[in-house]
Amino acid sequence: MKPFAYVRPGSVAEAAEAFAARPGARYLGGGTNLVDLMKLGVEEPGALVDLTRLPLDAVEEVPGGALRVGALVRNSDLAAHPLVRERYPALSQALLAGASGQLRNAATTGGNLLQRTRCPYFQDVSKPCNKRTPGSGCGALEGVNRDHAVLGWSEQCVATHPSDMAVALAALDARVELYGASGVRTVEAAEFHRLPGEQPQRDTVLRPGELITGVLLPAATAGLPSRYRKARDRASYAFALASVAAVLQVTDGVVEHAGIAFGALAHRPWRARRAEEALLGAAPTAAAFERAVDLELSAARPLRDNAYKVPLARALALDVLTRLAPPAATA
Amino acid sequence: MTGQHTPAGATASHATASDVTLRVNGKPYTLTVDHRRTLLDLLREDLDLPGAKKGCDHGQCGACTVLLGGRRVNSCLLLAVSLDGCDVTTVEGLSGDGEELHPLQRAFQERDAFQCGYCTPGQICSALGMLAEAAAGHPSHVTDPAAPADRPVRLDRPEIRERLSGNLCRCGAYPRIVEAVEDVIP
Repeated sequence: MKPFAYVRPGSVAEAAEAFAARPGARYLGGGTNLVDLMKLGVEEPGALVDLTRLPLDAVEEVPGGALRVGALVRNSDLAAHPLVRERYPALSQALLAGASGQLRNAATTGGNLLQRTRCPYFQDVSKPCNKRTPGSGCGALEGVNRDHAVLGWSEQCVATHPSDMAVALAALDARVELYGASGVRTVEAAEFHRLPGEQPQRDTVLRPGELITGVLLPAATAGLPSRYRKARDRASYAFALASVAAVLQVTDGVVEHAGIAFGALAHRPWRARRAEEALLGAAPTAAAFERAVDLELSAARPLRDNAYKVPLARALALDVLTRLAPPAATA
Repeated sequence: MTGQHTPAGATASHATASDVTLRVNGKPYTLTVDHRRTLLDLLREDLDLPGAKKGCDHGQCGACTVLLGGRRVNSCLLLAVSLDGCDVTTVEGLSGDGEELHPLQRAFQERDAFQCGYCTPGQICSALGMLAEAAAGHPSHVTDPAAPADRPVRLDRPEIRERLSGNLCRCGAYPRIVEAVEDVIP
């Protein structure tokens, strides 16, 4: 690890100033990914701007029925929060499906969104990686790519986003609140992460120096039935091979609202808009679910080692949707 | 919480080391730390507390688990400079003044819940943190989502296994580790 300066700002504005004043600065949250990447030589910040003492650690009800989650709320506390468990069960389940108890106690909401891919070529500085070193090539495209993307990848990058939490946020229509030089803005969680395209080094739509101050969970999906399911190589403490979060509201025998997102299939949580559109207004039958999910996954382009992800994601989605639908509908 | 030591404020210098005060096992320590120093290395190298172990050094094995403000964390992924004013408990701090072992340490002995012992301090600190989480009603991946949020979670074997999945034991002492933890469940 290379020596670096350390700054502990007293406010969000001070944090942004400190970041802007120091080339090569990085914001420090729980550090569970950043510190690891520094040990690996993937990240070599000139300064760390420590955000962890900023007053962004509350989960608060917002007038109108939304819930605001501060960027520094720890993953374990968010998963255990009574209002999150009651109103957004998929979010609590997604958080609890990720990492370990120790890591969830340290990892923050903002940091979870900003964690980097666990692509082994990205994490190994002796290998080519367009995300880490633009223009150096992609080791995974024709390398060992069992864990990699089947949707939305480019010749430049086939990495997946590793977060479970972000998948639930995408399905729940959450928004991410950002603070930057031009003030505060919010973006849809489902649009916060990018597809790699020609710029795989950019994971998100964050502008230089911008920082995440919170996540907004909307009133519209509060209390709707939602679930998260994840498949992995061992029963616990492993990244997803495929996962799905879904929100499903059925009224008078037809689907009134559907929010579906896949994890571990793409460079970002994959919001299944085509499947959702196919379900809206339809009866929530097994046949309707199959049609919708197949429509979405027909866009998949598996790599050499990961064709298994398509039927795996399909089975996960059908299971989650079936469990969310009223029992009579799918019988 | 903020402001007592050199790194505070947006205008701090370009220094690569700072003064930090920590309480470890109830005892205060003030020292100048290189910003790269992890809590694990500080405990082992600077404070001569080698109980927390360096296994993977990447947050993947749990051997370095300690309690920070009573919560279990991987000390290998925490930068000491960021912990100014914090309270740390390591396995060395679990026994009382009279050197009597903590009931969970005794249970590990009685159940023979280890072979090489390298992961044991992390297992024990993790289990203590886990017991507090369950007592506070925190769910796990295997908890029924319909369980009430305001009551302690009953720890059956699937709960214990899931909640301790962040601690690897390459000797494979898991069945006895689970039994040792069961012995101290209130």
